[in-house]
This record gives sequence, structure tokens and C-alpha cells, in this order.
Amino acid sequence: MPGTATEAPQEMALELRDVAKSFGSVVALRSGSLAVAPGSIHALVGENGAGKSTLVKIVAGVHRRDSGTVRLHGQDVDFASTAESKAAGIAVIYQEPTLFPDLSVTENIFMGRQPVGRSRRIDRAAMYAEADSLFQRLGVAIDPRRPARGLSIADQQIIEIAKAISLDASVLVMDEPTAALSGVEVDRLFAVARSLRDEGRALVFISHRFDEVFALCDTVTVMRDGEYVSTDAVAETSVEQIVSRMVGREVGDLFPKTPAEIGDVVLAVEGLSSLGTFRDIGFTVRAGEIVGLAGLVGAGRSEIARAVFGVDKYDAGSVHLDGKPVAPRSPRAAIRAGMAFVPEDRRKQGLVTDASVARNVASVIRRGLTHAGVLTNRDENRAAGPWAARLEVKTSALDMHATTMSGGNQQKVVLAKWLATEPKLLIIDEPTRGIDVGTKAEVHRLLSDLAGQGLAILMISSELPEVLGMADRVLVVCEGRITAELSRDEATPEAVMHAATASIHHDVEEVTTA
Amino acid sequence: MSTDTLLVEPSAISPTKRIVGELLRSREIAVGAVLVLVVALTTIKNPNFLFTSNGWRDLLLTPSLLLILAVGQTVVIITRNVDLSVGSTLGLTAYFTGKLFVDHPNIPILVVVLAGLLMGAVLGLVNGVLVAFFKVPALVITLGTLYIYRGIFLSWAGSDRINAGDMPKDFLALGTKQILTIPVLTIVGLVVLAAVGYYLYTARGGRELYAIGSDPEAAVLYGLPVRRRVVGAFVLCGALAGLAGVVYVARYGTVSSGAGYGMELQAVGAAVIGGVAIFGGSGTVWGAAIGAFLLVTINRALPVVGISDFWQRAVVGALIIAAVVLDRVLSARQERRLVAAREETRSNR
Repeated sequence: MPGTATEAPQEMALELRDVAKSFGSVVALRSGSLAVAPGSIHALVGENGAGKSTLVKIVAGVHRRDSGTVRLHGQDVDFASTAESKAAGIAVIYQEPTLFPDLSVTENIFMGRQPVGRSRRIDRAAMYAEADSLFQRLGVAIDPRRPARGLSIADQQIIEIAKAISLDASVLVMDEPTAALSGVEVDRLFAVARSLRDEGRALVFISHRFDEVFALCDTVTVMRDGEYVSTDAVAETSVEQIVSRMVGREVGDLFPKTPAEIGDVVLAVEGLSSLGTFRDIGFTVRAGEIVGLAGLVGAGRSEIARAVFGVDKYDAGSVHLDGKPVAPRSPRAAIRAGMAFVPEDRRKQGLVTDASVARNVASVIRRGLTHAGVLTNRDENRAAGPWAARLEVKTSALDMHATTMSGGNQQKVVLAKWLATEPKLLIIDEPTRGIDVGTKAEVHRLLSDLAGQGLAILMISSELPEVLGMADRVLVVCEGRITAELSRDEATPEAVMHAATASIHHDVEEVTTA
Repeated sequence: MSTDTLLVEPSAISPTKRIVGELLRSREIAVGAVLVLVVALTTIKNPNFLFTSNGWRDLLLTPSLLLILAVGQTVVIITRNVDLSVGSTLGLTAYFTGKLFVDHPNIPILVVVLAGLLMGAVLGLVNGVLVAFFKVPALVITLGTLYIYRGIFLSWAGSDRINAGDMPKDFLALGTKQILTIPVLTIVGLVVLAAVGYYLYTARGGRELYAIGSDPEAAVLYGLPVRRRVVGAFVLCGALAGLAGVVYVARYGTVSSGAGYGMELQAVGAAVIGGVAIFGGSGTVWGAAIGAFLLVTINRALPVVGISDFWQRAVVGALIIAAVVLDRVLSARQERRLVAAREETRSNR
């Protein structure tokens, strides 16, 4: 029953209505709504970029909303800082726990509100005793005096939960707490979460794993593109229904790839594995083909790309380009073999923002431009000119600094830089992140043209419409494995989403106890 | 609730094992042992180094200046910042102190001490505000104020020099007076050390300094008053540098424009040798104090055992590098263990 979230009879522990937040011109949250009852576990689901994290950060007091209402137990609230949100009884557990590695576990729990004795000195005995009783209650054996450094992610989350309990938080938000946990650890976390629910606390649980949502939660709210979509009782809905609501949108103003002649295999990856990151990755990319690497953030897509290009090491497997093996761990070898890599964070990894456009474009090929070891601006400009023109980089002059350019134009400069090496394979990570809609289409047209000229392209994208619009073939990565390979016709939003969230079944085999 | 059966991996270390491990890894004890060794070896070579009243006094008195600076520096480094301006602050307050005595011959000593503290605190406040509110790295800000404070000092003092004759006798007596054979200035340094050490260990504010240095972003998410604490650390560091300026005048009886020159790096060196992590979050003022004693004592001991000036500096440099490399190796080892633990829990899936 979409749209009934705000008509619940009992007083909600936490209620957000039409909350919006923009960062500059980027709208992160258009209209977020969420109503969590006390004594319940409420799931919040949505694609990457649906606005969940922004919503959580508004509740946590990290960001301030632009408009809309937030109510806590019926009272209007507006948190200016994390301290205020904490004082009001809201505890947020982030995906990556935020602990102080140098301090003891106990200090981490009580930082800023340690029990104090006479003349406001910290009463350590009382603090350790309280930590001990908290851990006993949670049923875990963690030495309260050990430093937080070196704890497993699961234990770090337990510390965060202990902190929330000691705060006597009435609302607990967990942002993808299970992403880094093993099956047994997930079970322990769930047991703790249920007992907190039974105490009458309200829990918000953000997860991409539907099996967990259905096992743990009683209500589920779906978000899409920064907007509230629906709220249902978990018992009355299904995975299919939720998935269709998560992705239900038009593949609108995107430039679809024009069919190109698919040639020979350019890139062949076999059995690529890296301990703890990805396992047994095998795929090919042909000339003129765009292969999309889809999946959730953190699934291991960028890591695979970095390993193929030789930035990161891998433990097993092989990479062949045009049938010839490419040496591992050497971006130089990869470039020489004919690979080009446009990274996700172009400001940090792809572009010298304080250098001129010409210098940026010429940076990879500068060895070939030098005369007796000397590189002149003229040489750089001569080499950069044609590429900048071809990609329609909008700059007044080639000596303009890249830092003053728009995101779309920066992306073109990075592309020009790599295309100047005349690569056979282009790996591009999030090609249109942070780029406005108009320029997006331009980047898409560009990629399509390049494929038409016989370039093989491996494209990583978290934006489903982009993957579906551009890719000839879609590989879906989930938790470090390729869980589906879909042709253009098979690749529907639902199919990709299913494969991307197809979490591996947790085998609870040998449970070791202390 | 009974989740005992779900327990995955005990993170507990037995208390005895932990205490023994902490003692073994304790930098304070290691550096203290080196200090005792240096003193012992030098004394064997030349018994006058320790077993004369002058030898004993100098052993305790000479490090007191650096001790005060190192304590202040440690408080700043713990917050993942650094204060390079302390040498200039020391010089400027030393001259200010002397000038007060010259212009007001009957001024009470206590007023001068407070004035020195206050002046140092104001100079520290400038550093703190610039670092905390303009988000410029402390290294850059305090490198700038190092030159600015020194420049103010130079243009104020010129070639002027304040001599012992300009100062009241009672004040200069502080530089040589001893209580139970312990020099008064050393006692001042130890009192500062104890007070700051006690604050860092037992006060909420003190623990928050560690938290901020350990992970500044987490500190914000915790809702800690990060800016206020960072400014406070710089003010304390500046005030102690001001106190060191007063101590400088009492000890040497003369101030010229070179006063305190290069002391900031010695203070950082003492802290690093004493186990204060340069990236913040860990280390104690006790360690920094022992580091200050070691640094000064080595400098005094090497000529006694007949080692040339060049090697004296090289030894100090080697000591600092060794301390940092040791930190790096230890934290890399810990990091590896952490990754191994994660892999283990992952492969249990």
C-alpha cells in the first residue's frame, strides 16, 4: 500500500516528511519520507544514489535539511550538529564503523560523556564496569581495555551498538551493517537487533540484501532517485515487488548506443582472483563492444578494473590483450599493451587539475613528443590540439587550467589524454558521475562513437539506466563474483538488480564459541 | 539474552598478557632505559658527569627548558597538529620578560611569570584559531608564525641585549636555587609535566584530544567540540612556550635575538623520541619528558666521551629516525594482523 506511511495510528519514534537536501546544484534528496514506529525494525532500501545515506546523515545531524519536517516522538527537531542528534537519543551506526583506533574499547564507547567522580575526573573503574556489563548484556567477550585497533568489523559494530545502548538511544539507524560481516556475525547482529526491538526501541536497517530484510524487518520503505516510493509491511510484500519499485523509472534522456560491428576479442580475463576482494573473474571484451560492469557500490567492480589495468595486484588468473599476456602490477605494461583507464575520481586520479589542458592531454604520451629529452609547450599543444577538438572540449585555449573546467569537460580532457595513446581497450569507471544531464548525453555519444570506430570499452557504472542504455553486454558483480552475464535484450532493470543483490547463502556451519 | 552461542571470535586478551605486553612495548620504559644507559656510560668515563654537585645539578637543570616545550608540543601533536612556532614564542616572551624588568625594576616576579604565560597563550591562540577555523595544515600556519614571531622579536629587540645586570637578583637566583638538591626550574618543569599529564589522563577534555588526533572525522561524528579542543591545545602549547621564555631568562640571565632559535625542532624531536606518534592519537607527556631529558643529556654526554660535534648531531638525528621507523614498523605489523583477521572472518562465510 504505497503512500500510507504517514497515516499510522500510533505515535512514531521517528518521522520524516518531504525532506529535501541539495549540495550545490546536485539534488541528493528530493523528497524523503520515513516513519518508524517504536519497537519495530524498519528496512530502508533503494538503489545506489537513491538518497538513503543523505537521509541518514540528516537524521544524524551531519547535514542540515533544506526543507521538510523531522519529528522525534512527535516533537519537531532540527539538528545542527551530531552532538544534538545524539543528545536527542538517536544513534547512527555507519557502514564503516567510526572508532578511534588508538583508544581503548571502553573509551570509544564513553568518549565525551565518561562517568566522572569528584572534581570532574574520569572514574575509570566505573567506566570499565559499565562497559563490562554492556558486553555481558550483548553476549560478547571483548576485553574492554584493549585498543579498538585490530578489531574485526563485526566487533567494531558491536562497540557501536554498545555505545548506542549506553546512550539509551531510542532510535538506532544502521547503514548497511552487514556488508562486511560473515554469516555467523550477521546472526549475532540480528539477535542483538531483535532484543533491542523488544525493548521498544525503533531501528532503521539499510541493506541491499533482501534475504536479510525479509528475515529481520517488519516494515520496508523503498526510495528511488531521492524520493519516497512506498512503505509496506514485510509480510505483505515480495522481493519482486520491491525490486520493481526500486528500479521503476524510465530510461529517458539517455543516448543509447548505436549498433557497431563487433570484432575480435580484445581483452580476455581468466580466473582473476584477489584475496578478500574478488574471486574467479572471467570475461572478454571485443572490438567495437561496450561491456557494462554493473553492481552495487562496494561489490568489487572498481577493484577488478584496477587489477586488470595493473594498478592493484591479483593473486591468481591472467589478463590477455589481443592474445598477448599483460604483465600484472604494471600500469606501464598495460598502457604499452594498449589499455587506457579513466578512473572514477577524475580529480584525484585522472587529471592534474593545476596543469593546462595541453599538458594533461600530452601527459601519457610525452615520452614520444620529446626532442632530445626536452618537452616544449609547443609540442604539447600540437599533440593535444586534434584530440581536444575531436572531443569538443570547451576551452578557450589549450593552456587553460583544468581546475576551472566543468565536470563534463574535465572528463573529456581525461578521455583525450588516453585516446592520444591510441588504445585498443578503454576502461572507464563511472563515466558520468557528477556530470550534469546535458553533458552526460554528450559523454554517452562520445563512447558510442569510439566503440563504432572499433575501440573495445569496459564501462563500470552504478547508474542502471546508463548500463542498460550503453552496454552491449552486462556483467553483474556481487560481492566479488560475477553473478550474471546478460545480453542487451536480457538486461532488464529487474534482472540486473536481482543479480546484484543475489547474496551468497550464508552457511552457518561450525560455530566456535569462546 | 543468550547470544553466547553465536559468539564468533573472541577479541579478548587475558589481562596479565595485556599488561606484560604493554610494559614491553612501553616507549617510556625503553627510552628511560636508554637514558640511564647514557648517564651510566658517561659517568664511567668521567665520574664528574654525575658525582659532583654541579654535574648532578646540570643533569637535572639543563633539560628543564626543553621539557616544558616538549610537554606543550606533545599536547598539540596528540591532536594531529604541530606547533613550529614555539622557539620564536620562547624568544619573544624571553625578551618581553627582560624588558618588563628593565622598564619596571620593582615589578613582582609572579606578575612577570603570569605576563609571560599570557603572552605565550595569546601567540598560541593566533596559531590555534588559524588552524582550527581556516583548515590550513598546522605545519604551514606555524611555519609562518615561526617567521612572523621571530620577525617581531628582531624588529623589537634589534641589536639590543638584556643582561643579567638588568634583572633583580631574586629572579636570577631562581636559575641556580635548589630544593633538596633539585633545581627550582626543574621542579617547575616537573610540576607542569605532572599537571598536564594528569589532565590528559583523567579529564574528558584530555581524552578528547587523543580522540581528535586518532580520527578527526570520527571525532566530528561523535559530536566532540573539535575546534575548541584544538584551539585549547595550541593555547596551552603557547602558554608553556611563554613559561619556557621566562625560565630561559632566569636560567641564562641574558636575552639576545637568537634566544630559542631552533628549539621547536628539538621539542618535536623530544616528543617523537618519547613515543608521541607524529600523526596524533597516541603517546604521553611522560614519554616526551624522558625524550627531552635523553636529547639534552646525549648532547652533553657526547663531548664528555670525546665525540666530535658532527657526530653529536648525527646521533640525535639517528635517534629521531630510529624512533619514527620503529613506530612505522610496529603500526605496519599491527595493520597486517588486522587484515589477516578480516580475511579470516570473511573466509568463514
